[in-house]
Amino acid sequence: MELTMIKRFAAILFALLLFASSNTLAQDWIRTGTGLGVEKIRLAVPDFKLVANDTGTPDLAATFNTTLWNDLQFAGIFDMVSKSFYPMSVPGAPQEVHLADWGSPPPNANMLAFGNIGIQGGSLNVQGWLYDAKNVQSPQVLGKQYREQANGANARLIAHRFADEIIFRLGGGIAGVGETKIYFVSNRSGSKEIWQTDYDGANQKQLTHLGTIALSPHVSPDGSRVAFSGMTKAGWQILMYSLELGRQVSFAGFGGDNYSPSWSSDGQSIAFSSSRSGNTEIYTVGAAGGTPRRLTESKAPDVSPTWNPKTNAQIAWVSGRTGLPQIYTMASDGTNVVRVTDQGYAVSPSWSPNGQFLAFAWVRHYGPGEPGASDIYVMDIASKQWAQLTHDGGRNDFPSWAPDGRHIVFQSNRSGRVQIYSMLADGSEVRQLTAGGENTQPNWSFK
Amino acid sequence: MKLTRSQWIKVVLALAVVLAVSACGKKQVAAPPPPPPPPQLFPTASLTANPNTINAGQATTLTWNTEHATDVTIDQLGKVDPSGSRTMLPSQSTTYHLVAKNAVGTQEATARVTVVPPQPPPPPPPTSNETEARMFAQNVQDIFFAYDSYDIEPQYQKVLQADARFLQQHPNIKFTIEGHCDERGSTEYNLALGDNRANAAKQALAPLGISGDRIRTVSYGKEKPFCTESTESCWQQNRRAHFVYQP
Repeated sequence: MELTMIKRFAAILFALLLFASSNTLAQDWIRTGTGLGVEKIRLAVPDFKLVANDTGTPDLAATFNTTLWNDLQFAGIFDMVSKSFYPMSVPGAPQEVHLADWGSPPPNANMLAFGNIGIQGGSLNVQGWLYDAKNVQSPQVLGKQYREQANGANARLIAHRFADEIIFRLGGGIAGVGETKIYFVSNRSGSKEIWQTDYDGANQKQLTHLGTIALSPHVSPDGSRVAFSGMTKAGWQILMYSLELGRQVSFAGFGGDNYSPSWSSDGQSIAFSSSRSGNTEIYTVGAAGGTPRRLTESKAPDVSPTWNPKTNAQIAWVSGRTGLPQIYTMASDGTNVVRVTDQGYAVSPSWSPNGQFLAFAWVRHYGPGEPGASDIYVMDIASKQWAQLTHDGGRNDFPSWAPDGRHIVFQSNRSGRVQIYSMLADGSEVRQLTAGGENTQPNWSFK
Repeated sequence: MKLTRSQWIKVVLALAVVLAVSACGKKQVAAPPPPPPPPQLFPTASLTANPNTINAGQATTLTWNTEHATDVTIDQLGKVDPSGSRTMLPSQSTTYHLVAKNAVGTQEATARVTVVPPQPPPPPPPTSNETEARMFAQNVQDIFFAYDSYDIEPQYQKVLQADARFLQQHPNIKFTIEGHCDERGSTEYNLALGDNRANAAKQALAPLGISGDRIRTVSYGKEKPFCTESTESCWQQNRRAHFVYQP
């Protein structure tokens, strides 16, 4: 009960935070955001009608329907109309739709997504439509057709693509995250290695086989490579895994320890932390290697850089220069250092795709004998107003924004061992993505 | 055994026959050779070893010749014929010594055989490294840090001074300083903190005469804890700069 109150309070605070920002920001966020402060679109999605089915492939329609529903529900901008309210006769094609049945109670849907699925001669054919249930004169918003080889992976792929189209059309021009990946660290093979998963936790796969310690994966903007920190004979080095070649590829080696790599959104540069000159400092280097450029100069630890992906002109990072670690921002040439957090223990910044927010992990009330929970926070950089997203105890760390700016993935030990969770950027709709072993440091792909 | 009467008779008869035979033949037997005339010459002697340089395990032939000697000895062989040769298997370099004597005098001869010892097995380097590593571990103590700190406290300054004394006495030893952190806080920040701890120890050793060239630093953050319980005493064990001998 109390928890719900706190959540509601946080949600209100978050909404206020957003409204308090500039008008364009508020508009941009409200239209493209999580739906806070506006009524969510009521979307009805009856199961697609099975019109043909090769023998032995009965699950593809079920896979498709489940994936489509989950993607749309996950988007955070829809109020999914319960299937128990749907009319008895479910349409598989435009001529079968009785729009009045969908646009009025009990479904009372704003939008209707429907279609048919056929598995014939080894190929999977899907036709899908999106109808405005309140616009009887000209209801069609979308009409799409897909054809792929009939298998489970393609049933998911087609569902992702159709869901992303709907989300793009109804969500202010921002595509869904159906085809995105999350990279993370898992020890389930015995040592910490880099792994990959679909955004919803499906298709988890080990990438690296370093055998020592691999940390801090960060995928390139084009999705071709994953930079990470690996313990080598020459200490920590920035290593590179090619997703196209399916193996590790060479990258420049530097003196000292080198870790926490972060790609600029243009794919041109990597920011990282290095002890090559003694104490740790933030450096940038070209994506093809070259001589690193030093940005910070302090005796204290400097680590965990993240670029402003909107401009690539700013970097946020963590520094211990005033004692406990705090979040700072600077220009990408090292000038104009600004402290962002004012107290506690603040680490692991991730810059939102629209450039306006920082997500980070914060123990706000740190002190001796006061362990304090580490929670995920979001701060509007211009106004320094913040909102707390997690409240459920445990240590929550390493938030990473989804490319839609509506979701955040993070790690938490709330249920015992540390696992990876996703949530909406207002802290709601938390979903656990991993279960085996310990799973940490998630990084959401750029697209 | 007691001799019987008849046996006694046989013995007595036998003796009588022997006496009679020897008495009868005396004049017919040739005179025994005369004793060698008393030598008039000084003895001569030579002694050679061929080859005179061998590897351990190989044989050499010792050859000697003497003249006029009545008594010939070689130290290592004892009394020998006046001339001869013998195969020898000396295990180490040896000087053979011959003495030839007669009434007139004594002559000596020597032969030196040099034995090249087998290549002594080189002292196994690991043994020496192991000793050094053991000494390093016994003498170079780790230092510990306060929470979230990389400052070296006064009591650990003293530890570093003792460490530096040993390291100065063993100027060839190279070593790694590992920075470690407790489990609290974030993975990446702890990596950086560990590097700063290792670097702080390295910097503190410089004024104590220990060159940075001998030191490699690496951070393990909270990835390799010494103690895995969530207690303050355990955490304290993990906040350290750990000195590791570099073979």
